Amino acid sequence: MATDTQLDSWEVFMQSRAGANFIHQGSIHASDKKMALQNARDTYSRRGEGTSIWVVPTHEIAASDPDDAGMFFDPSNDKIYRMPTFYTMPEGAKNI
Amino acid sequence: MTKQEALFKYTLRLGDNALILSQRLSEWCSNAPFIEEDLALTNFALDMIGRAQAFLRYAGEIEGKGKMEDMLAYRRSERQYYNNQIAEQPNGDFASTMVRQLFVSAFEMYFFAELQNSKDATIAAISAKTLKEVKYHLAHAEDWVIRLGDGTDESHNRVQKAVNDLWMFTGEQFEMDEVDNLLIAEGIAVDLDSLRPLWNNYVENILKTATAEIPKDEFMQTGSRKGIHTEHLGHLLSEMQYLQRAYPDATW
Amino acid sequence: MDNVQNTMSKEEALLAKFEEKTAAGEAIEPRDWMPEAYRKHLIRQMSQHAHSEVIGMQPEGNWVTRAPSLRAKQILLAKIQDEGGHGLYLYSAAETLGITRDEMIAQLHSGKAKYSNIFNYPTLNWADIGAIGWLVDGAAIVNQVSLQRTSYAPYSRAMVRICKEESFHQRQGYEIMAIMMRGTAEQREMAQDAMNRWWWPSLMMFGPHDTDSPHSADAFKWKIKRHTNDELRQKFIDKTVQQAEVIELTIPDPDLKWNESKQCYDYGKINWEEFYRVINGHGPCNKQRMDHHIRVHKEGAWVREAAEAYKSKQKNKSINLN
Repeated sequence: MATDTQLDSWEVFMQSRAGANFIHQGSIHASDKKMALQNARDTYSRRGEGTSIWVVPTHEIAASDPDDAGMFFDPSNDKIYRMPTFYTMPEGAKNI
Repeated sequence: MTKQEALFKYTLRLGDNALILSQRLSEWCSNAPFIEEDLALTNFALDMIGRAQAFLRYAGEIEGKGKMEDMLAYRRSERQYYNNQIAEQPNGDFASTMVRQLFVSAFEMYFFAELQNSKDATIAAISAKTLKEVKYHLAHAEDWVIRLGDGTDESHNRVQKAVNDLWMFTGEQFEMDEVDNLLIAEGIAVDLDSLRPLWNNYVENILKTATAEIPKDEFMQTGSRKGIHTEHLGHLLSEMQYLQRAYPDATW
Repeated sequence: MDNVQNTMSKEEALLAKFEEKTAAGEAIEPRDWMPEAYRKHLIRQMSQHAHSEVIGMQPEGNWVTRAPSLRAKQILLAKIQDEGGHGLYLYSAAETLGITRDEMIAQLHSGKAKYSNIFNYPTLNWADIGAIGWLVDGAAIVNQVSLQRTSYAPYSRAMVRICKEESFHQRQGYEIMAIMMRGTAEQREMAQDAMNRWWWPSLMMFGPHDTDSPHSADAFKWKIKRHTNDELRQKFIDKTVQQAEVIELTIPDPDLKWNESKQCYDYGKINWEEFYRVINGHGPCNKQRMDHHIRVHKEGAWVREAAEAYKSKQKNKSINLN
């Protein structure tokens, strides 16, 4: 007999209402896309939590390395000129 | 037969089909091939219990004898159930359960699409809700029949055996009697003759994709419109009704 | 020699950083460095937790086809489905530690991985379904609420979701007990009988007394665990006694009484001999539960293989088309 299989792992992202971000929920197992969508629905939307679902094979996810967090994210910490509050507006200017 | 009597029997039939199949599907609880599928089968059962509740509650109102849905679900004897015999057939293996679901859900998809236009507002409302559930059941069941039919030799053989075994129970879904005729005239019930070619076409397509064949034998079982069932129903009921029958004075 | 020392000190530095993080209450994510013992502890605890949810479907599933009303059947099915779902969340979280679901199931079947002892007891009448929801889930919730703040983030996220969903479980169980206590003499008898059989095993669910708990030291240091077994057990008893009184169920412990100075209940001696006997395989249903899981797993193998075979065929077809 073939070695046992519990099918492939898929990551599940769900949108709770139209227009909202898709948020990671966890994973499920399935052998194809259709099954993955159905299993994601039955696992993560039993209480009407979802309006739309994405599934992605777990092995296709690329993730940043925590050791690189400094190089990845710190350089953007001091770019305060990207924030609207950085700028001084002339007194009396409206709608800006 | 009065319109009221016809409507009572018709709603019982609708309720019983959901009630009995939900009982069968609930037997899968903790028995599915993997845990995700356990949740899926439970969802099917839950949809159908909800539907049984709605139709049996309405049947009780129509009968007018003050019976609530549980009284109708748990206190009748075998000959008073009107579900199609396919609903009471034992689950068998996973292929058998999925083929049974394909046969039933394909019928129900066309049936409730029509019945949601019923002139009876209650029936129409329950049907509109049911249609959404049934479409999902069908999608799930047909995907599995195709995967299994076109999977390994073993799964293919199991699907073919299930088709062979269950085929003779599919004809009953389209049977009509006095109840149907009377209610069709009233614009309440669905003319089942018109659904048969649609169903045949749909199921044939799925089975073809699944590389399974429709049996040559055209024999069809009959009886449920008169409350005649296979021997399986009695056992299903004795288990389901156990507490209600053993403690008739108790409420739960 | 230099190399060995370098790796040693590198390892030590990583450990120090890790312990600094957990001590500060920071969350650990799957790709963060973690000591091997932390990973092992989590795999053991999370897979045991997942298996418990899944095995727990069996004693309740025992009554699905005999539930006494449509409403009761609906509720019970939905609840068991949740347990399956919670098993899935936990398998999913455990997989982030680098163990597969196949491996976890294999460990369950070989006896290497355990599941909660409570499910080795039988459900003998309908009130047992009430008792499981009220007492067993009630005990589980106390533990799970505490685990929502566990240091491993995927575990914590799963627990947050589980706690949210579990909130109806205990209520439905208590409702069954309350209805039966208001019912016929036979129903009251069933309810008390269930109470008598499930009370003590429920207290054992929190595990041995703190003085005898084998895995605790690291678990606390690394914030996997945040409350002791005895603290959680006491919390459960204190909230449950009043609920029992309201529906006139008797708690089967003659030594149970309010301790005014400690502001909590004193309770009788737990039969730890029974606890260890059941853990070591000699409970009423150990063999039955495991046989069931193994049988279902084997019976489902052809379905899983067929799904894989279908997938490969479809892939080949699309390659040939291109």
